[in-house]
Amino acid sequence: MESQASILTTAQWEQINQLASTLDREQAIWVTGYLAGRNSLTPPTVGVPADTNGNGASGAAVNGGAAPIEAPAAAAPAARLATILYATDTGNAKELAGMLKGAAEAKGITAQVADLADYKVRGLKDEQDVLIIAATHGEGEPPPAAVEFFEFIGGKRAPKLDGVRFAVLALGDSTYEFYCAAGRILDERFAELGAERLIDRVECDVDYEDDADAWIASVVDAITPSATPAAPAVNGTAVNGTAPAEAAAPSTYSKRNPFPAAILENHPLTGRGSTKETRHVELSLEGSGLTYLPGDALGIVAQNDPAVVDALLGELGLTGSETVSLKSGEQSLREALTTTLEITASTPRFITNWAELTGSDRLRAYAEGDVKRRTQFLEEHHPIDFARKYPAKGITAEQLVAGLRPLQPRLYSIASSLEAAPDEAHLTVSTVQYNLYLRPRVGVASGYLRGLTDEHTVPVYISENDHFRLPADDVPIIMIGAGTGVAPYRSFLQEREVREATGQSWLFFGERNFRSDFLYQVEWQEWLRNGTLTRLDPAFSRDKGGRTYVQDKLRLRGAEVWDWLEDGAVLYVCGDATNMAPDVHATLRDIVAEHGGKDAEAAEDFLHELKRDHRYRLDVY
Amino acid sequence: MASKSGIKIDLHNVDRSNDISQPLSELAPEEALKHGSDYLKGGIELDLIDEITAAVDENNNKLMKFHGIYMQDHRDHRDERRRQKLEPEYTYMLRARLPGGVCSGEQWLKIDELGRLYGDNTVRLTTRQTFQYHYLEKDSLRKVMLGLREVGLDSKAACGDVARTVMSGVHPGLSKLHKQVYAVAQQTSDHVIHRTSAYEEVWFGEAPAEPRGDGEEPFYGRQYMPRKFKIGFAIPPSNDIDIYSQDLGFIAVASRGKLVGFNVTVGGGMGRTDRAPETYPRIADVLGYITVDQLIPTLDAVMGVQRDYGNRRVRARARFKYTLDDKGVDWVKAAIEDRLGFEFGATKPFEFTSNGDAFGWDTGDDGLEHCTLWIENGRIIDHPDRPLMTGLRKIAQTGLCTFRMTPNQSLILGDVKPEDRPAIDALLEAHNIAPKQISSQLRANSMACVALPTCALAMAESERYLPELITKIEGILGKYDLLEEPITIRSTGCPNGCARPYIAEIALTGRAPGKYNLYLGAGFHGQRLNKMLHENVGEEKILETLDDALGRFAGERLPGEHFGDFTIRAGIVAEVKEGRFFND
Ligand code: SRM
Ligand SMILES: Cc1cc2nc3c(=O)[nH]c(=O)nc-3n(C[C@H](O)[C@H](O)[C@H](O)COP(=O)(O)OP(=O)(O)OC[C@H]3O[C@@H](n4cnc5c(N)ncnc54)[C@H](O)[C@@H]3O)c2cc1C
Ligand SMILES: Cc1cc2nc3c(=O)[nH]c(=O)nc-3n(C[C@H](O)[C@H](O)[C@H](O)COP(=O)(O)O)c2cc1C
Ligand code: SF4
Repeated sequence: MESQASILTTAQWEQINQLASTLDREQAIWVTGYLAGRNSLTPPTVGVPADTNGNGASGAAVNGGAAPIEAPAAAAPAARLATILYATDTGNAKELAGMLKGAAEAKGITAQVADLADYKVRGLKDEQDVLIIAATHGEGEPPPAAVEFFEFIGGKRAPKLDGVRFAVLALGDSTYEFYCAAGRILDERFAELGAERLIDRVECDVDYEDDADAWIASVVDAITPSATPAAPAVNGTAVNGTAPAEAAAPSTYSKRNPFPAAILENHPLTGRGSTKETRHVELSLEGSGLTYLPGDALGIVAQNDPAVVDALLGELGLTGSETVSLKSGEQSLREALTTTLEITASTPRFITNWAELTGSDRLRAYAEGDVKRRTQFLEEHHPIDFARKYPAKGITAEQLVAGLRPLQPRLYSIASSLEAAPDEAHLTVSTVQYNLYLRPRVGVASGYLRGLTDEHTVPVYISENDHFRLPADDVPIIMIGAGTGVAPYRSFLQEREVREATGQSWLFFGERNFRSDFLYQVEWQEWLRNGTLTRLDPAFSRDKGGRTYVQDKLRLRGAEVWDWLEDGAVLYVCGDATNMAPDVHATLRDIVAEHGGKDAEAAEDFLHELKRDHRYRLDVY
Repeated sequence: MASKSGIKIDLHNVDRSNDISQPLSELAPEEALKHGSDYLKGGIELDLIDEITAAVDENNNKLMKFHGIYMQDHRDHRDERRRQKLEPEYTYMLRARLPGGVCSGEQWLKIDELGRLYGDNTVRLTTRQTFQYHYLEKDSLRKVMLGLREVGLDSKAACGDVARTVMSGVHPGLSKLHKQVYAVAQQTSDHVIHRTSAYEEVWFGEAPAEPRGDGEEPFYGRQYMPRKFKIGFAIPPSNDIDIYSQDLGFIAVASRGKLVGFNVTVGGGMGRTDRAPETYPRIADVLGYITVDQLIPTLDAVMGVQRDYGNRRVRARARFKYTLDDKGVDWVKAAIEDRLGFEFGATKPFEFTSNGDAFGWDTGDDGLEHCTLWIENGRIIDHPDRPLMTGLRKIAQTGLCTFRMTPNQSLILGDVKPEDRPAIDALLEAHNIAPKQISSQLRANSMACVALPTCALAMAESERYLPELITKIEGILGKYDLLEEPITIRSTGCPNGCARPYIAEIALTGRAPGKYNLYLGAGFHGQRLNKMLHENVGEEKILETLDDALGRFAGERLPGEHFGDFTIRAGIVAEVKEGRFFND
């Protein structure tokens, strides 16, 4: 017990003992929750050394986190602390974590929530019940901000987790090859490390709501000491989980209840001769009560192209007037295909369903065969391509929708600042256009947006991104982005201009052609003139001069980049996740190695440090 | 000094309040810019490597003109680029120096190659016998200039406040005389060219031998000329170079085929500004006669007077023509003669018959053949049905001819041996560019300046419009059986007069999109200014007016009377006797 004494004054300790002895169970749990709750308000201290001077696993510190719990524990042996950890990029996992906490607390369980991005890993072995909600990003990778945790847990330094109980909810998208990979990795690794699995991992697709609610219900049951019977009423609210979600939302509008935003402007930013189309879209948030910070994204609830719906109906010999019943209720097939279901992306469920409908052995082979081959096949076959190549004679409307998943909103980095453009949100949208089987295809949301004029509204919601925030006004920032990746930087500079921020700023911008694709060129020029932007290094990959990419410009300026980092600059990387982000990372490592005089590993560690200190932030897609 | 009139002229009794004797602070800002530019180097190099913009700073742009380069932006795209939050579509125009318009087949091949590589597949022949590239990107400029240098060409002094590319009549018929005059024109160009090593330094990275000191420009000095200065040589009876529009002109005088001397003209010019009566086009005065060996001293003397007395305070009045009217022709002549140390001889008789080109084949007095091709408004490009640019390339590849650009934006395939003619003809036919019967003599005698979309100063279409307007006028000509009547017509997109409109029998100068000033009454061979008949009118009014005038011309003309002369005799427009009265 001296250890407590070492952080609490004797007086405090006596007060606590005194208080504890007077508390009945309910009260003890409430106080525990209260104190834990206060801890969870400051994530860095969750299950971690309270001191940030990094003297890692000091017992004192560990107890510091656990102390308030152990005291009443004497009185109530069953009460365990539930630590809810989430790994998110686009906010779904975070939202679910909030719902889980609510559900747990409704059951009288003390729960604290932490973002894996901030979680101090060394406290892990001292946790009790660890409930994880993890999304997968990139190509089967963890959300960028959580990478460090994954590396720690996967590495040699990972602690034994005996005595820790855990459960994992994996968020994913079944059109990706490595479906829910991040969640799966954690689930398997925790078991390897000796932790006890509370319930089986649940993997859910982008339409995760129902599966997630069910998982929340059963995991809460699993950690509820059998002593307390589940109160159905409480259970109810906990399961549909709306209460915490709503409470969290700043406005009555949310992903579930998007706001119809009027289009103010919608025109191309790319000039004639461009090999692509990137548009500038301005939306009005007036009257929505919606607010956002630079770094946040806007969710767009789009509809499918009626022409594509007609084509699909045509291929299938369906009229569209058939009624289908979906979770959302009864709808005409046409309406369902237009507004409710994803009809240009095929999932494993779809191929399986189609294999049955058509009895095609080839499809069955794909459905059951190697995942990589299946994923590629799915990428190359929209439902309509199935319909064309593998006709399903006499298919019914119900049979069709059985294979389709709900149409998902798409996210777009907000390219404006409320400080500069009150009640507005600007987007920088690149129209997805490509051919499959000699037929032109257009992205659902980007195509939908392209067709809208200032007579239209579009349903939107804010998707917060705490991993991509501006630092204090006097801190220098280095912004690296290719293509639409500059969108948040326009927001950053608008904000910093209004705030008259003193921190220097440096933009590395990459696109294809100087003349047609220099997105927001005149605005950067103006910001350079008035000092809002300190430096701008553009890189064009398809100009006569030869291919130059952002990482090439970074390398070229390596020495100065290093100087900026030494002066405390924060690094931002936004845009393409597949090529740009990894290439930029590799280049940064080289720069740190060369100019910081470190070997490759030390350089890598240095970048990890930066990430941990929120000085190396990614928003890639 | 004695003048024509025999009155004594006191050279020192002259107003010097606007010339180079004044401190920079008193003069137009361009004077300080030139003076402080380290002989035209300025900050051009830094702007060339700026990656944030395709533009250069406005002062550097002014200095780049002396190097033959103009920043422009595609005016058709201005508005859409603004909405796209992109800067204007900046590109560059480069104008070469090509005295007398003569180049070899090898040079032509390079000109063609550079146009295809960097100039959006087109080359533009100009009204001063040289060529221009448009749409050059900033980082192509050095490549283009290096390419030109490979074949002994440059873009020095193609623009700017210096002596511009020197013109020389092309007259295919008088080949022997042409050779002599051309040689002198070239000599003149080399003599008047500015010397600064900034050109080599900026464009070819060649550091100057020693730092540029006061000796850099023995003639020009740090402030160069007050304004552009244009020199041309005419070979009568052709006035193709429009001698009366040159600041300094030399009319070749020959005896038995040998060039012996020149009648000297001064003070021609076209440029004016709408609603600024102090600006006007002016017909040059003939000062008198000099012998060939007096040419170089005469150049120095005339240019020296303009350099020292030209107006550097008000740029709009800085051209030589205004110096002449401000100081008086007699005073200027006396000042020149004073510097020469001798007087001009009496003007030798000369006669001009036209300022146009004669198209088709012509055999020179040296037995060689010359084919003048009519190039509409000087635009060398592959038309869908007429691959002009390709055809000329194929012809150049044969090495059977030289190339000569005419002052009317056309092209001569010159010095062809009779036996080689069939080969050239075959290629002309093959590319459908043989000099066919042109739809009318009006079209054959037409010129339009570049204007939109590249020219920064254009207020209306010109090159892209005149051809279709002429088609409409041809309807009228047909009606009155005048299709074969030679009449000169010229249009420009603004009053600057780049196609020398004020000496065309019919002229249009742009005021606004679709709107032009209409002028009539100039002399057929450019000896008399025209007179504005309608201001700021559209096509309908133009056609209606021309229908009326041409109708009367057809009915009332005297034998051999030209349209311009007729409009004055018939009282349709008043005669303009002197530039000073142009705006009356
Ligand atoms: C290319 C050409 C017209 C053509 O269709 O061929 C031309 C084109 C331009 N002229 Fe010119 N001028 C051209 C012959 C003329 C002539 C005719 C001549 O010299 O025989 C004149 C009238 C004679 C005279 O100088 O008075 C002429 C009088 C001007 C002026 C008015 C000068 C003045 O004294 O007011 C300007 C504007 C200026 O200099 O400020 C001008 C300026 C220009 C510029 C460079 C516009 C600018 O300053 O930004 C034009 C470039 C347009 C483009 O996109 O190419 N250009 N310009 C001719 C090139 C000649 C050459 O090879 O050097
Ligand atoms: C946090 C975040 C921020 C974002 N910010 C922005 C932004 O600022 N601007 C922006 O434009 N986008 C942004 N995106 C991407 C955006 O959300 C959408 O993914 C994108 O617009 C495509 O959506 P869509 O509905 O138009 O296309 P979809 O209908 O979803 O089609 C896209 C799919 O088409 C398929 N496809 C694409 N090209 C080909 C091809 N050549 N061959 C075969 N198949 C192909 C792929 O399967 C791809 O997944 C962001 C994404 C995230 C997660
Ligand atoms: C850029 C990007 C890449 C993704 N990559 C994968 C993937 O490789 N595998 C997968 O199962 N899901 C993938 N997803 C789907 C996400 O995991 C899914 O949308 C999840 O709901 C996001 O949760 P979050 O909002 O908490 O980040 C990806 C999503 C995005 C935006
Ligand atoms: S006349 Fe005017 S419009 Fe035409 S080229 Fe000259 S400056 Fe441009």
